[in-house]
Amino acid sequence: MEEALKRILQNYYNKKGNIVTILQDIENTFGYIPEEAVNWFSKKINIPASRFFGIATFYGQFHLKPHGKNVITVCTGTTCHVKGSKGLISILRKRLNLHDGEDTTRDGKFTIEHVACEGTCSMAPVVLINGKVYGKISANKLSKKIKIIEKKSDDEAR
Amino acid sequence: MRQGDIKIKVCMGPSGIASGGADVIEAFKKELNIAGIKAKIGDRCSVHKVGCLGLCAKDLLVEVIIDGKKSIYENIKPNQVPRIVKEHIVKGNPLTRWTVGEEYYNFHRKQLRVVLSNCGEIDPEDINAYIAVGGYEAARRALTSMSPEEIVEIVQDSGLRGRGGAGFPTGLKWELGLKIASDVKYVICNGDEGDPGAFMDRAVMEGDPHSVIEGMIICARAVGSREGYIYVRAEYPMAVKRLQIAIDQCYGAGLLGKNLFGTGFDFDIKIYQGAGAFVCGEATALMRSIEGKRGMPRPKIWRSSEKGLWDRPTVLNNVETFANIPKIILRGGKWYRNLGTEKSGGTKVFSLTGKVKNSGLIEVPLGISLREIIYDIGGGIEGNRTFKAVQTGGPSGGCIPAEFLDIEVDYESLALVGSIMGSGGMVVLDETDCMVDLAKFFLEFTEAESCGKCIPCRIGTKRMLEIVNRIVSGNSKEGDIELLEELGQYIRATSLCGLGMTAPNPVLSTIRYFRNEYEAHIKEKKCPANICKFKAI
Repeated sequence: MEEALKRILQNYYNKKGNIVTILQDIENTFGYIPEEAVNWFSKKINIPASRFFGIATFYGQFHLKPHGKNVITVCTGTTCHVKGSKGLISILRKRLNLHDGEDTTRDGKFTIEHVACEGTCSMAPVVLINGKVYGKISANKLSKKIKIIEKKSDDEAR
Repeated sequence: MRQGDIKIKVCMGPSGIASGGADVIEAFKKELNIAGIKAKIGDRCSVHKVGCLGLCAKDLLVEVIIDGKKSIYENIKPNQVPRIVKEHIVKGNPLTRWTVGEEYYNFHRKQLRVVLSNCGEIDPEDINAYIAVGGYEAARRALTSMSPEEIVEIVQDSGLRGRGGAGFPTGLKWELGLKIASDVKYVICNGDEGDPGAFMDRAVMEGDPHSVIEGMIICARAVGSREGYIYVRAEYPMAVKRLQIAIDQCYGAGLLGKNLFGTGFDFDIKIYQGAGAFVCGEATALMRSIEGKRGMPRPKIWRSSEKGLWDRPTVLNNVETFANIPKIILRGGKWYRNLGTEKSGGTKVFSLTGKVKNSGLIEVPLGISLREIIYDIGGGIEGNRTFKAVQTGGPSGGCIPAEFLDIEVDYESLALVGSIMGSGGMVVLDETDCMVDLAKFFLEFTEAESCGKCIPCRIGTKRMLEIVNRIVSGNSKEGDIELLEELGQYIRATSLCGLGMTAPNPVLSTIRYFRNEYEAHIKEKKCPANICKFKAI
């Protein structure tokens, strides 16, 4: 971890960055914001950790917990909403056995996220699986895609 | 185009990419090689990615142009490419059952593409393609033969108003920026398109990034700035990528950096990626965000043109506003103004989505009626259901019911019926949509996105949401509608920034036009559209 943090620090000096850019680099490197990383930077550049966390919790891009292996992002923009994204989410949560307050499955395979609008409204409802956009998606199609991913990761585990 | 030239344009706009545009491009390249076309005519046969072609409902759209004769294919998948190459390109017989029909032409008939004129025509990652269609000619003219005052005057003549939604006159903003004396001034392009249900700026940044950069160069010259920022929303990685390519190409071509056009004028542009906060679309919050802080707005004691980014004079405009500028400089302010109405000059890009047949990206002259947009361009309502309302302006806007379908679309008329122009999202709703549910949807959004700095917005939106939740779950009380109206007025009057001031709009406008739906929920515990599920708490 130390190596990666040093690189980010160098980047911060080279590009005259700020706390937001540091956090963006941390998020991109680790997939979330580890507490240790924040404490490390806080000491190095002498800015209280609370300032980092104040910013990390303000912006939606930052996560304080690690993600699952596969990220399913449901678009909840206006168009997707009127085309049924809410129903998709509840079916998806049931399918993945997620309890209230949980976004990541206990086996760490899936994380569910929302995005306020993906900008592909003509294809609503839209779901992104690991960054790839699937438009005009139904609960059925989504369930099939999840099955494929589950099978793939089971095969890998074997 | 010479005899025998073959040009293939594949839509790589937001939904073009999502519909597999990259695979189709690869398939064309492969098939053209297999058919021996590439070997025969070499560079005279080319496959281009282009920005959004507009009618996203029919994506993937592909244009095949042979000897200047254009055929447009719709709903194309990679496995259709071999036949197109074999039948159309080799044998010269377009596959008419895959080409677009009447609705494609209807979709375009009433549109007027100014900002989008290059979108879907040129390769957004190629500066030479932009220069070939007259790109950077306006910047050259502005820098070499116009004074800052002359530039500002043309922009004022054009009647161009802020396309981010508020509609502040751009020429006036530039004039304020020009008049204030300071050694450092900033130009910022606001690409933090946060309204859910809107993708105009994304399409422009991805489809014609150079037009945005050129607009910024002209603005910098007009107000005397040497440093610019483009603030792009975190959710738009492709926009960042294409803008960065465009910026790098400009540095390579001497169009950014030192001594532009040999005039001694320097200008640099940096991209700043947002981190996912709707409130950062608000100008002062956006500036705090660039400074590396929590993006919270400040009271407007000073205008940004006096104290903006790092307390220096700053001119901030939206993506679409900047993209209009090169055309205005080349063709004149009067020309632009005459395209629109007296008070709202020019054209506006909208993303027309929801329950409309031909959803997509459209650009229309201001003053067109909503009916023309929804029925002539949009082709009417999906499944021949009944139109109920059109939502404009996202979480800051409102719902416009059928009785106002014939109003002219401009800043004033939309405000008069309780909505706003907004950044350009237009979501069409039909009889199966519940207006109370929609109001709740927007309130959930603003309540979550409120930055928390001022009390009316932070607590007011929360209280409003609680009341609406009561209504949609069948636990409402007599007088809840009046309570919402009263609270809404207070929040509107006392919030610090635009987010709070407009947050009650979706509720207030739906109460204004669809009060009966609220009453059905409250008195009969019934959702007329059968969307809300009632359960006692």
